[in-house]
Amino acid sequence: MSSSVLFDAPGPRSRAWILGGNVLGALVALAVIGWVLVQLDAKGQLSWDLWGPALSARTWEFYLLPGLLNTLRAAAFAIVGSIVFGLVFGMGRLSHITLVRRVCGVVVEFMRAVPVLLMMVFFYGLFGQLFRGLDDKAFVAVVVALILYNGSVIAELVRSGVGNLPRGQGEAGLAIGLTGGQTLRSIQLPQALVAMLPAMVSQIVVVLKDSALGQLIGYPELLRSGVIVYSGDGNPLQVLTVVAVVFILLNMLLTVVAHRLSKLLSSRTAGTPLEGTGIGNPTAVAGEPGDGRTARD
Amino acid sequence: MNDYLSGLGTYLGRYDVLGAFWTNIQLTFWGALIALVLGTALALMRISPIASLQWVGAAYVNIFRNTPLTIIMTFMVMGVWTTLQIQLADDFNSNFFRLAVIGLAIYHAAFVCESIRSGVNTVPLGQAEAARAIGLSFLPAARLIILPQAFRGAIAPLGNTLIALLKNSTVAAAASVSWETSSTMKTMIEFNPNYLWETFAVFAIGYVILVIPIGVLTTWMSQRLAVKR
Repeated sequence: MSSSVLFDAPGPRSRAWILGGNVLGALVALAVIGWVLVQLDAKGQLSWDLWGPALSARTWEFYLLPGLLNTLRAAAFAIVGSIVFGLVFGMGRLSHITLVRRVCGVVVEFMRAVPVLLMMVFFYGLFGQLFRGLDDKAFVAVVVALILYNGSVIAELVRSGVGNLPRGQGEAGLAIGLTGGQTLRSIQLPQALVAMLPAMVSQIVVVLKDSALGQLIGYPELLRSGVIVYSGDGNPLQVLTVVAVVFILLNMLLTVVAHRLSKLLSSRTAGTPLEGTGIGNPTAVAGEPGDGRTARD
Repeated sequence: MNDYLSGLGTYLGRYDVLGAFWTNIQLTFWGALIALVLGTALALMRISPIASLQWVGAAYVNIFRNTPLTIIMTFMVMGVWTTLQIQLADDFNSNFFRLAVIGLAIYHAAFVCESIRSGVNTVPLGQAEAARAIGLSFLPAARLIILPQAFRGAIAPLGNTLIALLKNSTVAAAASVSWETSSTMKTMIEFNPNYLWETFAVFAIGYVILVIPIGVLTTWMSQRLAVKR
């Protein structure tokens, strides 16, 4: 039986069709790649005079590596902050106190609706006014904006992680005499956290990608280093490609880790491991929390 | 209080805030249209039984899903326009606008592709087996059984992608679309630091007003149309 829902295990005739399509598809793909390379060459963009400076030790030592370090620094602070923010507000949204639930809900929904770039621009202006002597206001603005946005996404993950657990988990907690809060903290949350771990790793991909927005408010991260390099050497196409490749490799590595984790952890939780989509809002799962409390406002 | 309100009114009146939002809505509309076409084509490639097409689709998704949108937008202006001298319109502003739309579409097509694929993945194998068992061949099975269920499963992730696209349209700032919301807000804050909070509130509420209905509508549709299993 084939594993695809659309296609049966092929017979001899379909196998011939598939082989033909395979060869044709490969030829078209190679032709497109070849055409792009020819066009690039015609405009002199494949010349080593342009690629060399983008890959040289000097460029890496003085520009790209310090930039990458700043990107990772902002991402690290943002991730730790978002997890704390996400746990607090995620639990707040599951609280049995209506007011706490409402307030946390409004904050989370607001942060998720406002573009991260707008928050960065705002905080950059705000920190400029509040702390006049602050040198690193771009860094703080990037980190705070990333924390508020990604923290809200993680709060939603916490909520849907708890919501995806079988109802019996919460009921069992209540049956042995735990209060709602105790059930949440000692039974549901630990399992939900295991289930959402892969999605949290995928969220790091979003944080890394969004940290590049810092270039628009002047934070010296990897993309900005690239901009400085190509402004001097006049090779934007090459430098931007190199910078993009660095991001792609980092993010693909994280995606592989997330995937491995979700396989590894599936026996450790009664829920299903959630994997993120890499675009910010992971598919929100309309969940009914296990103990019958309404999770939605 | 009245002085404050009239002052705020004159201040906001000096900038084309609504025009800025309209620009982002237009960026989103055209970006979403192209991303939907491109993303559907990629999804078809990835779910086809043809290995080379699967590979091309997967490579596209892995490359563009993992690249920061800011880099793609910068590349559209610095790489495509300045370096390769590919011009999409005669006047500066339309050129930047179209470059930004293409950049948004290229990035979000990867997510549209994955949304549609996840929709197909919601259909259990038993549905295909049942379709075969009652004698439907490939096309009728796909048209009558599989794809209707797949589209319903894809609504929620597609809605999320549309919301992300709307918010990401602010990154058009990196493609020199200087009259869209984030650039307008930046200018307003730089020249009127005393109205910092008010400026942010206006733009933030604008996005809340745009985003929440899309979220409510797609969640409602996906629940209403969901296939009960």
